[in-house]
Amino acid sequence: MTGTADPKRAAVLASIRQSLGRGEPSRDARRELDDRIRRHKPNLIPKRGRGSHAEQVERFVAMAESVAASVERLTRDTDVPAALAAYLRRHNLPMAVMLAPTDWLCDLPWDTQPMLTVNSGRAGDDDVVSLTPAFAGIAETGTLMMTSGAAHPTTLNFLPDHHVVAVRRSQIVGAYEDAWDRLRKERKNGRGFDLPRTVNMITGPSRTGDIELTIHLGAHGPRSLHILLIDDDPA
Amino acid sequence: MEFMQARKFKDNAREAMADRNLQSALAQLKGGFIPRRQEAADRLPEFDALRDRARELKDHVLANLDVYLETFEENCRAAGGQVHWCATAEDARAAILGICREAGARTVTKGKSMVAEEIHLNGFLERHGITPVETDLGEYIIQLAEEPPSHIIGPAVHKTKDQVSDLFLAHHRQYGKTVRQTEPGAIINEAREVLRQKYFDADVGITGANFLVAETGSTIIVTNEGNGDLTQTLPRTHIVVTSIEKVVPTLEDASTILRVLARSATGQDFSAYTTLSTGGRRDGDLDGPENFHVVLLDNGRSAMLGTEFQDMLRCIRCGACMNHCPVYHSVGGHSYGAVYVGPMGAVLTPSLEGIDDARHLPSASTFCGRCESVCPMRIPLPKMMRHWRERAYDSGASAAMERWGVDIWAWTARRPWLYEAGARLAVRLLKRLGRGRGRLRRLPLAGGWTRGRDFPVPEGRTFQEQWRARRRAARPAP
Repeated sequence: MTGTADPKRAAVLASIRQSLGRGEPSRDARRELDDRIRRHKPNLIPKRGRGSHAEQVERFVAMAESVAASVERLTRDTDVPAALAAYLRRHNLPMAVMLAPTDWLCDLPWDTQPMLTVNSGRAGDDDVVSLTPAFAGIAETGTLMMTSGAAHPTTLNFLPDHHVVAVRRSQIVGAYEDAWDRLRKERKNGRGFDLPRTVNMITGPSRTGDIELTIHLGAHGPRSLHILLIDDDPA
Repeated sequence: MEFMQARKFKDNAREAMADRNLQSALAQLKGGFIPRRQEAADRLPEFDALRDRARELKDHVLANLDVYLETFEENCRAAGGQVHWCATAEDARAAILGICREAGARTVTKGKSMVAEEIHLNGFLERHGITPVETDLGEYIIQLAEEPPSHIIGPAVHKTKDQVSDLFLAHHRQYGKTVRQTEPGAIINEAREVLRQKYFDADVGITGANFLVAETGSTIIVTNEGNGDLTQTLPRTHIVVTSIEKVVPTLEDASTILRVLARSATGQDFSAYTTLSTGGRRDGDLDGPENFHVVLLDNGRSAMLGTEFQDMLRCIRCGACMNHCPVYHSVGGHSYGAVYVGPMGAVLTPSLEGIDDARHLPSASTFCGRCESVCPMRIPLPKMMRHWRERAYDSGASAAMERWGVDIWAWTARRPWLYEAGARLAVRLLKRLGRGRGRLRRLPLAGGWTRGRDFPVPEGRTFQEQWRARRRAARPAP
């Protein structure tokens, strides 16, 4: 458990080396592998993860809709409160939302929706609807990337029955690798970079195929995933 | 839990083929997974090229497994996690029990984990006064039924909807659910309601891992239901039970394999939830586990390196091989009497448990090669089954009749004149026995073969005779 003194650790590593027919790797060999990690070169990125930003945005929407997420386009982020209230009414949902405690969402003009109860924090068992930001939207599979932190508790992504996500057009990237690059840049530190406790890549609402191999939505996580795509860089 | 045993594969298979519920469940599997995978592969023009890259990548990892595991550990610890190295299943169980005791755990929720099945964790925890609750719907169903999984990604794939309705009615009375639900949506909803409170009550959440990322010290799970995320987010302690071959160098490398995983498994482009976990809750976080432990199991894997079975360590547990296997389609997963079933299990089980008890499994194959042709990591499964057959012969594990047969055949084959004379005699005799019907219903000394199928009768001339005749005909006239 504690570093190199652990005999089980030593035994597993020794067994690997014996089977590979070599001793401990040389310093040069280690450096080469470390360099490979430091370069973190992409392998093969499919063509569908490439293309102009406008194409990526369209692909993101099409792919997200193909996995039963719904997408609504807004021209300004100040439109979010009204769009959310309309969504709740449209689906006969209680007029209450738990916001991710991020300034961006909390400072939106919620007072324009007096019928809506707005709280912010982590999700509990009785929160029916959450609204969170996303770190990125990934076009190749219509995937949202969420990063945990004080401003984005992970429970908001899984406990409520309905998850609404606000994401800006400029946050849409083509491939997974593009999202990792953005994450590395944003979370740079002295050692290179660090990941938050949880990174969730979410592709559509929760589902299961465990009953006779037929896909049904809403297994343990959200039954619906609604994406508010905000036009912050009109193309 | 004694269920079916690998050494009784033949009896198990006979029973399975007479089980109507099982056969109806298996029929659905065939029609579901195969076209879905094909469609997903067709949608991505780079699919086969990605398989090549994934194979190269994993071969690189296996050649440097020690270094990448050390790097993973270093980065996991830097993020506040703890890595527990375990040479055997017993070590892993002890490590998990230690963590659970430290957490004062009474109940543990579990996401789906094949390594947890491999170390028979549930029974062990129960014997030590800790209640494990499976939260993946399929795993939950088989936990209620007290059965092992019959498929690595669809553990309850052998159960019909009616059987699940009966199970839930019998077990959910205590939660006030007294109506027998028959609609899939209602069945799923009932499980959702029953399990919701369990996530909040659990002291420890245990998940598996599809990948370990050396670069960041993260573990990755790939799921569809969201149960794995609730399992690891709500309790104070998160334990990841995993094995050494799952490490990849970077996030980019994980992305490459992720692109072939879901497509091969369920035919989805991407599963609903791909989650990276790195250490415990950070300062200021409002949720997430405080403690993060990775239980890293070897259990015979390191000994496969450098052998003819090394390629098996590329396996990413997608299940495509069993989804496409005619033997699996006929007998289901339980017949294999092992945690890992189908073609990948037929190769892996003898490595983990020894060839003596598992000797029938590498023979449970028609060698049609479909498993290899759909394997995203291009693992030569039929070739490795053949290696196991050879080892079973060499170690004396195969049956006496089979050994004599092979010995006599080998002795004759080394004497071409005798082999040819014998073959000529046998071919003519069989033709006469066939009496123009073209097939035989029964054949002495081959009862095991003809019990299940007819024996096609040779046409009257041996291969060598036909070959010579053809050569003569092709030779230009002098």
